[in-house]
Amino acid sequence: MGRITLDKVKKAFGEVEVIPPLDLTIEDGEFVVFVGPSGCGKSTLLRLIAGLEDVSGGQIRIDGQDATHAPPSKRGLAMVFQSYALYPHMSVRKNIAFPMKMAGVPQEEQNRKIDAAAKALNLTDYLERRPGQLSGGQRQRVAIGRAIVREPAAFLFDEPLSNLDAALRVGMRLEISELHERLKTTMIYVTHDQVEAMTMADKIVVLRAGVIEQVGSPLELYRTPRNLFVAGFIGSPKMNLIQGQEAKKYSAGTIGIRPEHCLLSTDSGTWEGTVVVSEHLGSDTFLYVDLKDHGTVTVRGNGEVSLHHGDRVFITPDMEKLHRFDDKGLRMP
Amino acid sequence: MARVVTPAQKSINTAAAWVVALIIFFPILWTFLTSFKPEEVAVASPPVFVGFDWTMQNYHDVIAQRGYGSYFWNSVVISVGSTVLGMIIAIPAAWAMAFVHGKRTKDLLMWMLSTKMMPAAGVLVPIYLMGKSLGLIDTRFMLMIVLMLMNLPIIVWMLYTYFREIPGDILEAARMDGANLMSEILYVLTPMAIPGIASTLLLNVILAWNESFWTLNLTTFQAAPLTKFIAGFSSPQGLFYGKLSAASVMAIVPIMVIGWFSQKQLVRGLTFGAVK
Repeated sequence: MGRITLDKVKKAFGEVEVIPPLDLTIEDGEFVVFVGPSGCGKSTLLRLIAGLEDVSGGQIRIDGQDATHAPPSKRGLAMVFQSYALYPHMSVRKNIAFPMKMAGVPQEEQNRKIDAAAKALNLTDYLERRPGQLSGGQRQRVAIGRAIVREPAAFLFDEPLSNLDAALRVGMRLEISELHERLKTTMIYVTHDQVEAMTMADKIVVLRAGVIEQVGSPLELYRTPRNLFVAGFIGSPKMNLIQGQEAKKYSAGTIGIRPEHCLLSTDSGTWEGTVVVSEHLGSDTFLYVDLKDHGTVTVRGNGEVSLHHGDRVFITPDMEKLHRFDDKGLRMP
Repeated sequence: MARVVTPAQKSINTAAAWVVALIIFFPILWTFLTSFKPEEVAVASPPVFVGFDWTMQNYHDVIAQRGYGSYFWNSVVISVGSTVLGMIIAIPAAWAMAFVHGKRTKDLLMWMLSTKMMPAAGVLVPIYLMGKSLGLIDTRFMLMIVLMLMNLPIIVWMLYTYFREIPGDILEAARMDGANLMSEILYVLTPMAIPGIASTLLLNVILAWNESFWTLNLTTFQAAPLTKFIAGFSSPQGLFYGKLSAASVMAIVPIMVIGWFSQKQLVRGLTFGAVK
């Protein structure tokens, strides 16, 4: 079981309040992603749950038990760090065995679990090596193995893929998702990468300056961002946001339209502009179009679009998928 | 861009390195050779470097007449004793400063180091008088304490930089893995800190072994270490270069042997933090 409840949890470093009182419930078995720009307090929030930082107020409950002041070792949570944080003087086997050794698990059971974890993570051939002799991806798998064997109430991941190269990152992303499918254990995952958030999460928590901006499934956040910040943060490339006269036509302070919800034409359309840059990715083409009065917008076309710098184009937003925000930046119905 | 080194440049660099190494090594070589010369050849000017009659007489005289053994033993007790005492104080101090880094930690470290900037001669009189009134002059205990205090800032600094290099993440990982403070120290911190502790220990033994200002001034005979032994050969009745050299060689050999076998550790210790 791994139901984690945060009740008015807050954190201040001296005078500076990094996390104002915050409520959040993470259901058992959920894959929750904390996402936000750097410095938004997502890692601090994770460390509060882990017990590596003391809360300045409020209560943390794990499976109904008050864990607010319990030391990390007593919370039954496992953590995977960005830096892997393996024990450099121990072999892979001993690294994975360490939490079990601390818990006093009998030797035979330890070996059985190590072998199972090593097999699942493709580490069988590396068990006798030191972390220094492994590649980045292998090290991260050892860190995950070390977390798995103790069968925690929840896994905490602190930007675990940031130190890996792009190709490896996609692979490890899948492995972690598969791991969640198989174990069905609660996972809390911190990242600044909204692609990781969208692809892995059951539930995304978007944070800014220690405040939860929105909680929801990836598609909820994509379809109905609660405010301008979430609208701009979720989705890649970013949602186009237009203010001023054009927004007033829709009786809104700001209107937003995603690049993939714009229809491109060379003859006619709602907005007229000239192509500034075109990026051909093969599968898609992203056009950066200067709309004279409304700034630059990004438009997604199919891979065969052959428009270039200086070409005149017309853009028609899909009215069904147009987002309207009021003067305070909040979503309008 | 990588620097291009031509073979010619390389051989010039190598030759220059050899010259510098020889210049540095020359006094030791000279001492070594002189220790095997008869006394009349030893004082010859210009000095003779080859073709003299090698003799063990100097060593024989030095050991038989001057009681090398007791000086050697004093050196061992004082250097090891001051190091052990120093480590007992420095390890917890450096540990606390590295892992519970406070607002004033840097100031405290600077203050400790600043005591090393004071000339030792400046405090000789008060320390001598204190030692005298406590009846500690010419005791190994007094030297252990004084040398320990002299080297303490250096070993605290060294240990501090070592401990700082241990990533905090690893300690946090241990806590997450269910380790309590004792297991954290025993299974994770200590194994990672041992190389640093070992090289600090070694350096401190060497510094204490070679220290001569305090050992010469605070001892007469009872607690006199090898530095005093060497100094004893430059007496006003005439210089005994041969015997002086033999005594010097016997004083530096033990520490050179230790240094030789621990070179790797020592270099790592001295340049630690400089390259990474």
